[in-house]
Amino acid sequence: MSEPSQTTAASGQATRQDKATSTKPAIEIIGMHKWYGDFHVLRDINLTVGDGERIVIAGPSGSGKSTLIRCVNRLEEHQEGQIIVNGVELTADLKRIDEVRREVGMVFQHFNLFPHLTILQNLTLAPIWVRGTPKAAAEATAMHYLERVKIPEQANKFPGQLSGGQQQRVAIARSLCMQPRIMLFDEPTSALDPEMVKEVLDVMISLAEEGMTMICVTHEMGFARQVADRVIFMDQGQIIEQNEPEQFFSNPQHERTKLFLSQILH
Amino acid sequence: MTALDAGPTEAPRTFFFNDPVIRGIVYQIVVGLILVSFIAWIIGNTAANLAAQNKTTGFDFLWKTAGFDISFSLLPWSRASTYWQAFLVGITNTLLVAFIGIVVATILGFTIGIARLSSNFIISSLATVYVETIRNIPLLLQLFFWYFAVLKTMPAVRDSYELPLDSFINQRGIFFPQPLPDAQFGFVWIGLAVAIVGVLVLRRWARKRLEATGQRFPVFLTSLAVLLVLPALVWLISGAQVAFDPPVLGRFNFEGGVQLPPEFLALLFGLSIYTASFIAETVRGGIQAVNHGQTEAAQSLGLKEGDRLRLVIVPQAMRVIVPPLTSQYLNLTKNSSLGAAIGYPELVNVFSGTALNQTGRAIECIALTMLVYLILSLLTSAIMNWYNARVTLVER
Repeated sequence: MSEPSQTTAASGQATRQDKATSTKPAIEIIGMHKWYGDFHVLRDINLTVGDGERIVIAGPSGSGKSTLIRCVNRLEEHQEGQIIVNGVELTADLKRIDEVRREVGMVFQHFNLFPHLTILQNLTLAPIWVRGTPKAAAEATAMHYLERVKIPEQANKFPGQLSGGQQQRVAIARSLCMQPRIMLFDEPTSALDPEMVKEVLDVMISLAEEGMTMICVTHEMGFARQVADRVIFMDQGQIIEQNEPEQFFSNPQHERTKLFLSQILH
Repeated sequence: MTALDAGPTEAPRTFFFNDPVIRGIVYQIVVGLILVSFIAWIIGNTAANLAAQNKTTGFDFLWKTAGFDISFSLLPWSRASTYWQAFLVGITNTLLVAFIGIVVATILGFTIGIARLSSNFIISSLATVYVETIRNIPLLLQLFFWYFAVLKTMPAVRDSYELPLDSFINQRGIFFPQPLPDAQFGFVWIGLAVAIVGVLVLRRWARKRLEATGQRFPVFLTSLAVLLVLPALVWLISGAQVAFDPPVLGRFNFEGGVQLPPEFLALLFGLSIYTASFIAETVRGGIQAVNHGQTEAAQSLGLKEGDRLRLVIVPQAMRVIVPPLTSQYLNLTKNSSLGAAIGYPELVNVFSGTALNQTGRAIECIALTMLVYLILSLLTSAIMNWYNARVTLVER
C-alpha cells in the first residue's frame, strides 16, 4: 500500500514538494484531550499524519470523529495535549490559528457556501482577502478548479440554484482555491441524495490520487478501501484501532470494530 | 347508463353557482356594491349634518391668518402667518424629531443589539436589562418621565446649571452658543465636499487596487484623515472666522444662542431610547439568523474576524434586519405624534389640535394630517422595498 502512494506523491504536486520535506509529518497530535463541560469527548488522542497520507476516520455517531478533525483547524479548542499542523502548534494565539487555517482546507457536511455570493465570488473571496491574490489571477484559479470539479458553466450562478452534489463540489473547489496542504472532509456525502454521492466521491478520489494530504470522516467504506492509506476506528472519544484498509476490513482486531463493521457492511 | 352513451365530449352539467369563477365574480360584485353604498351614506350623512349646523366645508381656511403662537419652529413664524404655514411648521417639526430620532435610535439600537451577543457577561446583561425594561414600559409614560420627571425639574432660569462651552440647562431647555460663520467659511464647506468626493474616489481606487494587485489599503483611517485634514487646511488658508453668539442671561430668559426646548428634548429622548430597544432585538435576531456554519466556513478559509463580519455575516444579516427595521422607522415617525401630549408643536399638535380647534374644520384638518403620515410611510417603505429587492438571495 505504501509503494503506490509514494509514486503518486512524487508525480503530482511538485510545487508542494519544496514547501515541506516528506519526512516532516503534516499533522501531529500528541496526548490530546477535549471536554464539552463535564463530557469527555476526546480521550488521549495520539495521531501522526504524514505528508501526502490519506486517512479515513470511521466510527459510530457521537464517537468524536468530527470533533477530532475540527480540532485540527481549531474550529474546536482542545484542553490538553498538543496539535501541531505543518510545524505550527495550535494555541490560543490568533496569528498561529490564522496561519494554520490558511493551509488547511475544510469541507462540511452541509456545504456552507456563502448564499449571497456567486459561485465565482465564493471561490475568489478567500484568495483575494486572505492571500492577497489579484482578482484576475484568483478568478483564473477559480475557473481552473471549477473545471476540475466539472461545473465551470455554473460560475455565475448562486449556490441556491445548484443541486446538493454540485454545491458540495463547489465547496471542495472553494477550499482548493486557497492551495491548502491538507484537506479535511467532515462527512461530505452524508447530506446528499444517493445519486449525487458518486460525483462528490469522484472528485475526492482524483484529489487523493494527486497526493493531497487528506483526513476524511465518512461512512463510505468503498471510498476508504479505494484510496485510504490508513483507516482509523473511533469509539467513545478514543482511537480504538487503526490499520491499512485491507487488514482493517478483512481482519479487524477489536470486538467493537467487528460489531461496527458487521452493522455497516451488508 | 345514458351518461356513458353521451360520450366524453360533453362535461357533466354543474349548477352555475358551483363554478368557482362565477362565484368569485358574484362575491366581488356584492362586496363592491356594499362598499360604494357605505361610502355614499357616509358622505351624504356628513354633508347633511354639516348643513344642519350651518357649517361650510372646503380648504379656503388654509389661507387665513392663524393668529396663534408656536413655541418652536424652524420656519419663520408669527401670529400673522396662515394656517397653511402652520401646517408646514407642523410637518417640519415632525420631520426634524423623526429624522434625528431615527439616526440616534439606529446607532443606539445597533450598539445594544451587538452588545447583547457579547461574550462579556456584564455587557450582555446590561444590554438585556436595557431592552427588557425600555421595551416593556409604554412610550407615553416614558415621554412623561423625560418631560415632567427629568427636564421640568431642572432649576429655574436664574439658577441654570452651567455646562461646558458656554452652554446652560434649565427648565426651559438647553441653551448653547450659535456659530456664526463669516462669508469666507463657504470655502470650508467646499473643502469638505471635495474631501467627501475624494474619499469616494479613494474607496473605488482601493477596491480596484486590491483586485489588481492583491494589496490592501487602510481605507478607513485614510478616509478619516482626508475628511478632517482637508477642511481644516482650507479653514487655515482662507482665514475664515467663526464667531459664536453665546446665550447670555437677560432679564427674564437667556438671550442669543440656540435654545432646544424641553418638549423637543423629551420627545427625542423618549422616541430614540424606546425605538432603540426594538431595533436592538431586530439586530440581534438578524445576526443570530445567519447559520453558524457560515462563520465556520469563513474561519476555515482563514478569513480574519473583521473580514468575516464584513464580507460574510453582515450582508446576510442585513437581509433579515431590514424589513423589521423599516417598520421600526415608520413606528418612530408615527409615534412622534405623541409629542402632542407634552406640548411639542409637531403636526398633530399644531394642525389637528390648535388649528382644528380654531377653525372647526375637523374633517379637513384630520384628513390632511392623515395624508401626510400616509405619504411619509409609503415613501419610507418604497425605499426600503427597493433596497430589499436588491439584497434578496437568488434561489431559483
